[in-house]
Amino acid sequence: MDKVVRMSSEKGVVIFSKSSCCMSYAVQVLFQDLGVHPTIHEIDKDPDCREIEKALMRLGCSTPVPAIFVGGKLVGSTNEVMSLHLSGSLVPLVKPFQANLF
Amino acid sequence: MNSTSTHFVPPRRVGIYEPLHQIGMWGETFKSNNIGNGNMNTPSHIIIPNNQKVDNNLSEDTSHGTAGTPHMFDQEASTSRNPDKIQRRLAQNREAARKSRLRKKAYVQQLETSRLKLIQLEQELDRARQQGFYVGNGIDTNSLGFSETMNPGIAAFEMEYGHWVEEQDRQICELRTVLHGHVSDVELRLLVETAMKHYFELFRMKSSAAKADVFFVMSGMWKTSAERFFLWIGGFRPSDLLKVLLPHFDIMTDQQIFDVCNLRQSCEQAEDALSQGMGKLQHTLADCVAAGHLGEGNYIPQVNSAMERLEALVSFVNQADHLRHETLQQMHRILTTRQAARGLLALGEYFQRLRALSSSWATRHREPT
Repeated sequence: MDKVVRMSSEKGVVIFSKSSCCMSYAVQVLFQDLGVHPTIHEIDKDPDCREIEKALMRLGCSTPVPAIFVGGKLVGSTNEVMSLHLSGSLVPLVKPFQANLF
Repeated sequence: MNSTSTHFVPPRRVGIYEPLHQIGMWGETFKSNNIGNGNMNTPSHIIIPNNQKVDNNLSEDTSHGTAGTPHMFDQEASTSRNPDKIQRRLAQNREAARKSRLRKKAYVQQLETSRLKLIQLEQELDRARQQGFYVGNGIDTNSLGFSETMNPGIAAFEMEYGHWVEEQDRQICELRTVLHGHVSDVELRLLVETAMKHYFELFRMKSSAAKADVFFVMSGMWKTSAERFFLWIGGFRPSDLLKVLLPHFDIMTDQQIFDVCNLRQSCEQAEDALSQGMGKLQHTLADCVAAGHLGEGNYIPQVNSAMERLEALVSFVNQADHLRHETLQQMHRILTTRQAARGLLALGEYFQRLRALSSSWATRHREPT
């Protein structure tokens, strides 16, 4: 879906979430802890919510939200992000997008 | 159990027919009963009188139904004419009464045995509960009178968990023995793999249990009291695990120290993120429950919308277990086989000590002063 491609290709870390989704919020907190300011798209506030959900599922997400993209590439959902972080691979992935000011 | 009792039989005609009727009852009792085969599943089964059929051993004069009056007249009429018949009938009565007494004695003995067994089971339950184990609470009072063990998924989990702990204790014993002696790396690797798989099996079990009743898993009621004190989203805190294990690795390379420190930091960050997500869930749930007017007495819509929110709790429990899984996995990657074996032994014994602590604490008042 074009809209999803466009939104996910935005620079840095992009998180598709829903305003009611607490797990999306948890993922957001994690990135913020790493000094990254992710772009959040709350799809439940988008009129095309259903299509976006379907598109995200088609891309390979087990649940539509949260769906995390880094540098335009799909990383996955919470499971993938957590696995990457514990294996030490998440920080190098987001390094180019970390805020310079701490 | 399908047995009869004289208490439940409505009073019948008195006189000569009462013994015959009683014989009928006892006869049915022991034709189709289950007493004495150790079937304790339904100790409180309702005792139902079964007096439709009549024992075939009795004489041909026995009647089937309720009409006793015509029979009585027949009997009186026939006995006055036939002394042999009287003798025969009296002998039959004596015999039947004797058999009835024997059956009654056997039945009472079986009741006594069952009663003793029941007392024994209650004592065991009491003991287990005092040791801090969560025991199926059909006996306990729970909110709304709902027993967790009425949920088959949870009952299955509790049983599986009991076995899991037994197997865990066995594995720890084996690790302890093996590490004190000489053991090949191959054998040690196998033991480590087995121990890791055992933990992963627990997470799989918990996932099924969370689908059955997420509150049960969240509350940690299946663990002992001291373990519950350290509970974080339905289990141990992964960063705690690292804190416990770290001092036990005598020699570590610089790379290992670096990796473990990074792992610890990542763990803490991931835990913090999940904890904050849980905090948000609590807030939204509270808002949901408190929505509208409090005090009107009508709150079905609030309860319904809160029910939908609770689904999210399952994903948090699963994600917390995922963190535990990954932490164990990473430790396995960073450490050598021998270090991993020592680490798993240390971890296992740590939990054993917590369980022992729960036990001691529960029985502290029993000690004579």
